[in-house]
Amino acid sequence: MRAPDLIRFAGRAATGNPLRTSLLVLAMAIGVAAVVVLTALGDGARRYVMDQFSSLGSNLVIVLPGRSQTGGFNPANAITGTPRDLTINDAQALLRAPAVLRVAPLAVGTSEISVPGKLREVMVAGTTSQYPELRHLELAQGSFLPAEDWNRGTSVAVIGAKVREELFGAEPAVGRLVRIGDRRFRIGGVLAVSGEGLGMNSDELVFVPVALAQAMFNSNTLFRIMVEARSREDIPAAKAQVQDILKLRHEGEEDVTVITQDAVLATFDRLLSALTLGVAGIAAISLAVAGILVMNVMLVSVVQRTGEIGLLKALGATGGAIRLAFLTEAAMLSAAGALVGYLLGQAGAAVIRQLYPSFPAYPPDWAVLAGLATALVTGLLFGVLPARRAALLDPVEALAKR
Amino acid sequence: MGVAPAQPQIRLSGIERVFHLGDSEVHALRHLDVAIAPGEYVAVMGPSGSGKSTLLNLLGLLDRPDAGSYQFDGRDVTTLSPEEQARVRSERIGFVFQSFHLVPRLTAFDNIALPMMLAGIAPRERAERVARALKDYGLEDRAGHRPDQLSGGQRQRVAIARATIMRPAMILADEPTGNLDRATGDEVVHLLEALNASGVTLIVVTHDPGIGGRARRQLLMEDGRLAHDSAPAD
Repeated sequence: MRAPDLIRFAGRAATGNPLRTSLLVLAMAIGVAAVVVLTALGDGARRYVMDQFSSLGSNLVIVLPGRSQTGGFNPANAITGTPRDLTINDAQALLRAPAVLRVAPLAVGTSEISVPGKLREVMVAGTTSQYPELRHLELAQGSFLPAEDWNRGTSVAVIGAKVREELFGAEPAVGRLVRIGDRRFRIGGVLAVSGEGLGMNSDELVFVPVALAQAMFNSNTLFRIMVEARSREDIPAAKAQVQDILKLRHEGEEDVTVITQDAVLATFDRLLSALTLGVAGIAAISLAVAGILVMNVMLVSVVQRTGEIGLLKALGATGGAIRLAFLTEAAMLSAAGALVGYLLGQAGAAVIRQLYPSFPAYPPDWAVLAGLATALVTGLLFGVLPARRAALLDPVEALAKR
Repeated sequence: MGVAPAQPQIRLSGIERVFHLGDSEVHALRHLDVAIAPGEYVAVMGPSGSGKSTLLNLLGLLDRPDAGSYQFDGRDVTTLSPEEQARVRSERIGFVFQSFHLVPRLTAFDNIALPMMLAGIAPRERAERVARALKDYGLEDRAGHRPDQLSGGQRQRVAIARATIMRPAMILADEPTGNLDRATGDEVVHLLEALNASGVTLIVVTHDPGIGGRARRQLLMEDGRLAHDSAPAD
């Protein structure tokens, strides 16, 4: 049989029973659509987290107080167990590291900000002048905290876009006086709208000099020290130098944790890729179920068309030709299902993106290809048995049946 | 080998066919020797279960004998592979069935074209030959009709057109008039006889003595044996 004839013949056979065909296509389509939508969700989550982490800044090395790794029991720890504070001087000392470009200490707490007649609870972040460069934050008005002695600090505050909106509305904010906690500050600048940023929304933050924040919260320790390495290649060196300097300053004890943005990104990437893969695997089960359905339907079809198969043999069709015709039919049904499922899945992902614009729910190419390929392969694989059965039918018995 | 007036097209010698039904054995054909010359018109008759359908299936290469040899066009076809047998069926043998066996979802045109499609003949040539066949069998205005839109006589004419479209050397008809009324049945028999007149070997299995009697040669089957042969070829 010529290929176009084969396809036409199988196509007619497939559409000969519209209900059967549409149900089968639907089952296959649901399987493929599930793969597409679920991987879009999984990969969307991965992209979302990656974007969030990337928006933190670039080439970041982050210092946390306390040690998160266990190093076995050390008798010295039994006596001097409490970790030292991470101080402003520690942060300043890091500027000496050759691989370090910028340093910004971060002290965080909540307080109240008020102008006459309005009061709001805010998160207050104490930091220094280079924080915006480090975190890629833009100012809408005014300027950020002045460059000065980190241990002193003038009473200047920089507020997020939302805080400005709520406190001042349409009025100009720069230059106004506000009360934060029990101190008075002059507004030095307003940050541009930046949106959600992993955990901290800078639109709702108030920045003050780190020394004043510590005084406000009556604490000597920093929440984080954000360090920017000179380049991507310098990140490991920066990390090592930061560790060495702090170890030296803390009398030989490694009581801080230094993480790099790259490492965190890589970890999340691996984690969420694995999640996507797992989800795709679960969705693929529905494809296998659809494949079994293809087999069932094709088996019934062979029984229903026994007479026809006998006739085809009498008319000179070889067993191979009949096997090919049934396989082609199974493949066409699977292909149609895969196509419909692909369109359904893409539509579903588009709906999700429409509903949650910040969530990049795009199915990864590999998942789409794998889904389509699995659909075709299962369809063919499960079509083999019915096709074999059709090809092996005894023409005499097949013709005797009507 | 004797000096036969014409080389027989079909030579069956010592054919046995046994069916196993549970523990019992049914001898459908017992030691059958028949020779049929090209262009003969043979009726195979006999009661139900006498083995005439089994004989027809054997002749059509749809079934294999358990013993004996079947020579078709001078070559032993029982030893051919299934693919080669399919080829012989495709090129040399046309089938006409009692229940027509048309493919219900295909039009008359496509049903007639089916053997050519299976044989891989180009669509252009197929269309020409089917158009001619439709004309020859008075079905021009039925080309686009599906079998359920055709009368019994028309269906059998489509089936005959299909059986002859590959220009076979032999037509095997199994009760071709069994599902038709007298008048259309006669019409179909005349069509088959016209084919025979053009040189095609015609073998008809029938219950109907009226139809069987029209053949130039009658084979009477009884209990798997050839009980009577009106005109043995050799």
